[in-house]
Amino acid sequence: MRLSIYRYNPEKDEKPYLQDYEVALEPSDRMLLDAMVKAKAQDDTLAFRRSCREGVCGSDAFNINGKNRLACVTKIAELPEHVTIRPLPGLPVIRDLIVDMTQFFKQYHSVMPYVVNPEPAPERERLQSPEEREHLNGLYECILCACCSTACPSFWWNPDKFVGPAGLLQAYRFIADSRDRATSARLDNLEDPYRLFRCHSIMNCVDVCPKNLNPTKAINHIKELLVRRAV
Amino acid sequence: MMPVRRFDALVVGAGGSGMRAALELARANLKVAVLSKVFPTRSHTVAAQGGIAAPLANSTEDNWHWHMYDTVKGSDYLGDQDAIEYMCRRAVEVVVELEHMGMPFDRLENGKIYQRPFGGHTQDYGSPKMAMRACAAADRTGHAMLHTLYQQNVRSNTQFFVEWMALDLVRDPQDGAVVGITALEMETGEIALFQAKAILLATGGGGRIYWATTNAFINTGDGLGMVARAGLPLEDMEFWQFHPTGVAGAGVLITEGVRGEGGYLLNKNGERFMERYAPNAKDLASRDVVSRAMTTEIKEGRGCGPDGDHVLLKLDHLGPEVIMQRLPGIREISIKFANADPIRDPVPVVPTVHYQMGGIPTNYLGQVVAPEGAGKEAIVPGLYAAGECACVSVHGANRLGTNSLLDLLVFGKASGEQMIKDIRAQPAPHRALPKDAGENSRQRLSRLDSAKGGERVVDVLNDLRRTMQAHCGVFRFPDDLASGVSKIKEIAERVQRTFIQDRSKVFNTARVEALELENLVETAMSTMISAEARKESRGAQARADFPERDDANWMKHTLWYKEGNRLDYKPVHLRPMSVQSFEPKVRTY
Repeated sequence: MRLSIYRYNPEKDEKPYLQDYEVALEPSDRMLLDAMVKAKAQDDTLAFRRSCREGVCGSDAFNINGKNRLACVTKIAELPEHVTIRPLPGLPVIRDLIVDMTQFFKQYHSVMPYVVNPEPAPERERLQSPEEREHLNGLYECILCACCSTACPSFWWNPDKFVGPAGLLQAYRFIADSRDRATSARLDNLEDPYRLFRCHSIMNCVDVCPKNLNPTKAINHIKELLVRRAV
Repeated sequence: MMPVRRFDALVVGAGGSGMRAALELARANLKVAVLSKVFPTRSHTVAAQGGIAAPLANSTEDNWHWHMYDTVKGSDYLGDQDAIEYMCRRAVEVVVELEHMGMPFDRLENGKIYQRPFGGHTQDYGSPKMAMRACAAADRTGHAMLHTLYQQNVRSNTQFFVEWMALDLVRDPQDGAVVGITALEMETGEIALFQAKAILLATGGGGRIYWATTNAFINTGDGLGMVARAGLPLEDMEFWQFHPTGVAGAGVLITEGVRGEGGYLLNKNGERFMERYAPNAKDLASRDVVSRAMTTEIKEGRGCGPDGDHVLLKLDHLGPEVIMQRLPGIREISIKFANADPIRDPVPVVPTVHYQMGGIPTNYLGQVVAPEGAGKEAIVPGLYAAGECACVSVHGANRLGTNSLLDLLVFGKASGEQMIKDIRAQPAPHRALPKDAGENSRQRLSRLDSAKGGERVVDVLNDLRRTMQAHCGVFRFPDDLASGVSKIKEIAERVQRTFIQDRSKVFNTARVEALELENLVETAMSTMISAEARKESRGAQARADFPERDDANWMKHTLWYKEGNRLDYKPVHLRPMSVQSFEPKVRTY
């Protein structure tokens, strides 16, 4: 298998380049991450993030043959023999495949990503019906890998002003939670030409999400709530 | 001189226990820093699936006494009964708190938290009736919990140092108190001293010492290495849990919740073989019991597949609805890693290393304890540990499923509370750092940076992992253990001669991996030495030459010291806090 991997070391490279690695696969190598670990065994200067290797921690999101994906759940068998791996687009590159995610997390933090409920907490759990809980499915599973936001043209142009699909998915996760009491503050926080309304339903986010989540749908729910509030 | 950063409290590690402790500390308005090798939601707590134990009694009658009994029995009577009582008594409190924080637990029709059965959790002190005690968010409980704790820390403005790797403890030579740590900032390659009045190690386990493991790449026993190098002991390191259901060949975890929901294991004859090994609990016996049964089936020629090297986990009879609603993550993993859609096909599974029962010795307040003078449990001032890196010991020789997440919350919180007390009892100024603070870390790094040649990190690491896999598995044989000890000693020599090509400062992951190997080797050495020395079978340690538990000689905790591979032992706490002791009995399920 041939991997062409984006390389850039700020200490010695004037500009980035692609480096080729020939990797001899063994039967136990199923996922692209396995092949990347083999490439790193050849050349320890190759830098990338990885951890759980099962698609739940969100560390190893890269642009793989033009599409943002997690290397650990991308099957080698489903890829061509030659694979090009680049860092997630639109974020500053620190080194090789490692990007600076500060802006991405800043946007996530900006949506008050926690349940707000000023009522005194009961002695036991707050009650929530299975139907109410069902509303959180498709939202809480986000792993913050940034595949979606870094596939979004609106996020590329305005990463400091547009919350982006990942952040907005989480904004809706808390609006949708029957235990939360801050919907109105949450909507105020998003009622802005940039923060929410830069989403033009291009739906790249839906296309790339490794957890099959649908940020566009969540964003549309928020837009609807704003419209309903206005009338 | 290295730059010095000063805080009231320091938390090393941002998994479940570290973030639970950080929350306690941040809410007390102390100046707290949390260091993590990875962004907090990448920590390995994220991979926990099946649930968190608490006797809420939402579906079956339950109480903390029964939970305590199950945990003591599950530990094969090596768990400290005071700590186990403490954990079980606080379970409802910490799980309810987690719900209040916004944890998306699944729900029952009446709106209460959904609970499922799990291995070894029973009603009425081990009766054949299982307790529904595992509070679940589908099969993503760890993910939901880790994100909830991170979100609460965002709310509390906790200060995170993300992608900082802790390197070494700094101790005051006067009394051995821990007064700081050194840490490497990956993005810049700089090392700094962090000074604090209370330091919590919440660095997780070291399951990467094995070839086949459910553990993430980051689980390299960093806190264990730090403690061992600082001259403090590690406790009960021979006890490693093999989870019965890792995906064969891939190592990825399939939750015991599958069996909790009604799934079961089959050998090549289509026989539900657990009925022979555990007539009452069957597939929901303790993990050590099920893993041994599976290994025996495979060894005796009843394994499945062309090589007869695994067994099958059947769950199609649960129906698509239960699988999609309660086990969606498992379905995703099975399709991706085993090419099997569990709605139709069984999943090939093998016992796979999963959890480290041993670790840094602490009491139930999270304070690190070590022998000193005549006492076996003198408090090490300034140092605390919680979560998988710690040995409280609530899991003893075998952990029950869902008790790990509970351990994170209870002892994360308890450590935080104790740290607050201890910080407030101290005078305002920080203790001075010793003159040579950080020198050991500087030397480790300069050796790596100046080496002209030597062993490749990846080669030494692979040899270490293969050695552990072959010499210290589900069943342990005297010859394998003895030769394992000498092999690991050779590997430890090689670790001192590693060589990396990458000499840059910015995000030098080769350097990080070389430093991690220095932690893994302490984890592996303590495991191998402790396992070889313990001449009995108990919980996860099953010796072919000593097949029985030997309470007269071995109902005691192992303490291993790096220096000279010295071993010491200390008694198990058989006396709980408020109830009667559970006396050791023959352990059957």
